[in-house]
Amino acid sequence: MPNTQQLQDLTTQVRRDILRMVHKVNSGHPGGSLGCAEFFVSLYQEIMERNDSFDMDGIGEDLFFLSNGHISPVFYSVLARSGYFPVDELNTFRLIDSRLQGHPTTHEGLPGVRVASGSLGQGFSVALGAAETKKLNNDNHLVYSLHGDGELQEGQNWEGIMYAAANNVDNIISTIDLNGQQIDGATDDVLPMGSVRAKFEAFGWTVVDIENGNDIDAILKGMAEAKSLTGKGKPVCVLLKTVMGNGVDFMMHTHAWHGKAPNDEQLAIGLSQNTETLGDY
Amino acid sequence: MKTYTNTGNKDTRSGFGAGLTELGKTNENVVALCADLIGSLKMDEFKANHPERFFQVGIAEANMIGLAAGMTIGGKIPFTGTFANFSTGRVYDQIRQSVAYSDKNVKICASHAGLTLGEDGATHQILEDIGLMKMLPGMTVINTCDYNQTKAATIAIAKHHGPVYLRFGRPKVANFTPEDQNFEIGKAVQLTEGNDVTIVATGHLVWEALEAAKTLNDQGISAEVINIHTIKPLDDKAILDSVSKTGCVVTAEEHNYLGGLGESVARVLAQHQPTPQEFVATNDTFGESGTPAQLMEKYGLNANAIVKATETVLKRK
Repeated sequence: MPNTQQLQDLTTQVRRDILRMVHKVNSGHPGGSLGCAEFFVSLYQEIMERNDSFDMDGIGEDLFFLSNGHISPVFYSVLARSGYFPVDELNTFRLIDSRLQGHPTTHEGLPGVRVASGSLGQGFSVALGAAETKKLNNDNHLVYSLHGDGELQEGQNWEGIMYAAANNVDNIISTIDLNGQQIDGATDDVLPMGSVRAKFEAFGWTVVDIENGNDIDAILKGMAEAKSLTGKGKPVCVLLKTVMGNGVDFMMHTHAWHGKAPNDEQLAIGLSQNTETLGDY
Repeated sequence: MKTYTNTGNKDTRSGFGAGLTELGKTNENVVALCADLIGSLKMDEFKANHPERFFQVGIAEANMIGLAAGMTIGGKIPFTGTFANFSTGRVYDQIRQSVAYSDKNVKICASHAGLTLGEDGATHQILEDIGLMKMLPGMTVINTCDYNQTKAATIAIAKHHGPVYLRFGRPKVANFTPEDQNFEIGKAVQLTEGNDVTIVATGHLVWEALEAAKTLNDQGISAEVINIHTIKPLDDKAILDSVSKTGCVVTAEEHNYLGGLGESVARVLAQHQPTPQEFVATNDTFGESGTPAQLMEKYGLNANAIVKATETVLKRK
């Protein structure tokens, strides 16, 4: 059994990283990053079977693709704290000459990143391609991907989602971060999408709900269920209900912090709500 | 002057199909994707030989480009196939982010480029694709001239690591380059030697340039014809060496003069050796329905147009 307290401590530290990274450069996307902290920690610490060192081809290990690249702060923090690159490098987020670009990229050779993302809606296709290659290589490991809910408004997603079921790509677990928010407001106000579950089911996917996507035990349980459903001829989708800005009270349940950094005072409040656990970078 | 024999008209897309078939036998990492145009792209044989390595994606080009990018992770070499319009303009951002910026080893193979697509009209006749693709950092851009060269290029790009745009066409045109040629990316092919004018041509216009050179030769004008199959990286040296001798240049392509081969050549000349240049290209226009020959005549993309452009550029020397 995983030590949930250790994962919780790491999550708290990741939250501090996120807040400090975006505060330093007064830019970036803290809201979605905070909302997905438990998911990333669970994924990299418990769920994925991955090699310690990074290799682009990732043969013989699980792969992860981040489609909604703007939540790079949580991705970078968890990659660093999972050993892919020095934690101190988080200091360079969004600075000139950094490998930690505003949106993740392979271009500067940052270990842990396998494709650029940021222009939304492209991650399904890329993850599915990697899953197809795993099948060609007789590699039984899985491909994981994460997508924003607002991101599903991009049409390319649905090309990929249609392809996956039609071609029985059953070695993929795609998670949708259902936080109900996008930059301009609630998704229900910007472009209501109706039932995301019904859409995925209609497209031939198996759907797993994680009702509390900010609870590590619930994530581990839901992802284990998702994993048990792979290899059965259908792609698997996880609907992860999260709270944008989770863990910093004034950032929660609003789109206001989607793409805005805290000022000095706000940072202090945010950090006070997330006490240092493993040491700041 | 050196002359070339047309061994029989063939379509360049069939050269692509033949090259892909060959690759299927020789390189097990080659995979192919197509967006509902298998017959048009001549991918049938690869599909029949290697069904497990062939991916029909349906009418969903954006997904096709993303799938291809993902398939490189784990060592596959994906070749995507659809019309040039749907290979570039329709999926520009997918190519930009998931392929070019991500340094993915994807080969974007584009048929039915330019006016010679013919009767389908302007919706399908892209004349902007070379410009779109050459502006992407790291993208190699190739426009082959005949069946044999397209086959050789298809095989060659599998050995080149990095994204490639391979452009070819629909109609049957003269097949005149050697069957057993060694295709070297970025290396211009000098077809004729001449002292009065350099004609730099790409794609279907290469044969037209050779025809023009014959006419010019009859008029006592000696033309040096260069086949630029690779527009990026451009063989600057071959162009500069030739114009140092001839002192003027005509560029010829089945593409808009904005963003095409001509502009690439002009950039090299402006920087190193300002030289009078005339452009045989479309003049910032869309195409229309018609037969390939009618369209190439109407839009000034044939041997006659190259002869006229040569007469103009000679007066500017």
